[in-house]
Amino acid sequence: MIELKNVTRRFGDAVAVDRINLRVETGEVCVLVGSSGCGKSTTLRMINQLLPHSEGEILVDGKDVTAMNPEQLRLNMGYVIQGTGLFPHWTVARNIAMVPQLLKWPREQIDERVHELLTLLDLAPAVHANKYPQQLSGGQAQRVGVARALAANPNILLMDEPFGALDAITRENLQLEMLRIQRQLKKTTVFVTHDIDEALRLATRIAVMDRGSIIQHDTPENILRRPASEFVENLVGKQDRGLKLMSLRSVRDLMQAYPQPRQPEPGADGLKEDDSLRVALSIMLWQNWNEVPVFNAEGQEAGTITRERIIQEGA
Amino acid sequence: MRIWVPPVLLTALLCALSAGMPALEPLFEWVQPDKQNVIYERESFLFLLQNHLTLVVISALVGTVAAVAGGIFATRPFGRDFLPLVSQIASIGQTFPPVAVLALAVPVLGFGEAPILVALILYGLLPILRNTLAGLEGVDTTVRQAALGMGMSPLQVLLQVELPLAGRVILAGIRTSVTINIATAAIGSTIGARTLGDPVIAGLVNGNTAYVLQGAILIGLLALTVDSLFEAVERVWDRRFLPQAAG
Repeated sequence: MIELKNVTRRFGDAVAVDRINLRVETGEVCVLVGSSGCGKSTTLRMINQLLPHSEGEILVDGKDVTAMNPEQLRLNMGYVIQGTGLFPHWTVARNIAMVPQLLKWPREQIDERVHELLTLLDLAPAVHANKYPQQLSGGQAQRVGVARALAANPNILLMDEPFGALDAITRENLQLEMLRIQRQLKKTTVFVTHDIDEALRLATRIAVMDRGSIIQHDTPENILRRPASEFVENLVGKQDRGLKLMSLRSVRDLMQAYPQPRQPEPGADGLKEDDSLRVALSIMLWQNWNEVPVFNAEGQEAGTITRERIIQEGA
Repeated sequence: MRIWVPPVLLTALLCALSAGMPALEPLFEWVQPDKQNVIYERESFLFLLQNHLTLVVISALVGTVAAVAGGIFATRPFGRDFLPLVSQIASIGQTFPPVAVLALAVPVLGFGEAPILVALILYGLLPILRNTLAGLEGVDTTVRQAALGMGMSPLQVLLQVELPLAGRVILAGIRTSVTINIATAAIGSTIGARTLGDPVIAGLVNGNTAYVLQGAILIGLLALTVDSLFEAVERVWDRRFLPQAAG
């Protein structure tokens, strides 16, 4: 758990972060979103004390961060930044092994962990372990960045616009990957982005920041349904709020489940349980379907969903 | 292994030429037919070579330690205030001719090896200092941020990240510095240091081109040898720290 109490950060006379209060519960993903210069990165970097705060209190699992040794504090926080910050003179494997090495894990345990993480992030260990960062694509490099942050199993993950420099397709893949990993690992995560769609997709709760203050701190659904101010309303976009709400829910919520999953006919078309309602509706409109079979993760037909139901209850 | 062939061959040639210069007497008689003595014999060439090299090595070691330490100091948070001053000294110092340093050092330190050593250290320090600053400043800030943010101590960041990444540039600075100093050390002969400059000075004074040639050839060969040695070291460095660039 991370708690910020009345935290202020000044640069000279300028106030970058103004008496903010924020509580990030254990295992949740808190996304700080706002335009550039709103203080979101500053807030993140005060949590691991790369920037000391001017006033207030920052508690990590109940302990004041200023009372801890900064290296010890940071070793227990995975840190992922835009542009990866991978060490160009080290191989992928050695980059990932960095924190375990600082913590003096035994050699075999480190090798095993590196192998495990590369597999978790969908990078074939045999192919990628001995490459150098310059030999990777942007998406692969950022996967390695995430693997490096997870290496020593920290309780907390700090991510500073990690996917900001990637193209749209790679970014979406990595977001899905992160959701999958987060479901498995349940790290307490603070994630900074300026992309509201990324925030809506990844967050348990979103903190909208503007000019050094937190305007609203709430679940994605509430941010969309009840924006606290005009600023938030403009940020989430007034027009397509309905579709954005749909993208928060999965097909699983509204499908008509069969009592028993069935074996599908070969070549049958359909949706996956994890697809968002927005995707479902889009496919149905495009294909002009009224009812579509839904497949579960094992590829069995688990139920069906209708266009009518999505329109009635989706948003 | 093949990268070590040029420095080894050049070293062998340098030693052979220093020891066996008298064997080339007919050649120098053809260059300088009017003189009785065409081979410089006041000191052995091997002794001069050894003395010359000692001066260069000592000045390079002291200069490297001082310049790298200064460069590191000026790029740390507590030394940042000195960074503009240090980098200006590094640039302006380059425009200062080594002869002028000698002229200033002699009244203080007298004749002999000491003033030339001071001149070599001061003069050789500057390219290393400039490259140390460039190398350390050139380390990607995101890399430094990540290293600190993941829990490395400032010393670990310096030793494991900054110096390995800046090392190649620093090494290039040392290479420049040593090559310049091999040439500069020869001027030491004018103030009584025993170097390969001796035959050159003696030749100029006596109008003996053969002496001048012998000194100049050995100085040039020494510079080539040392330079090829650095070339090999840089290749090894690339393999160790930048394998993807070395291909």
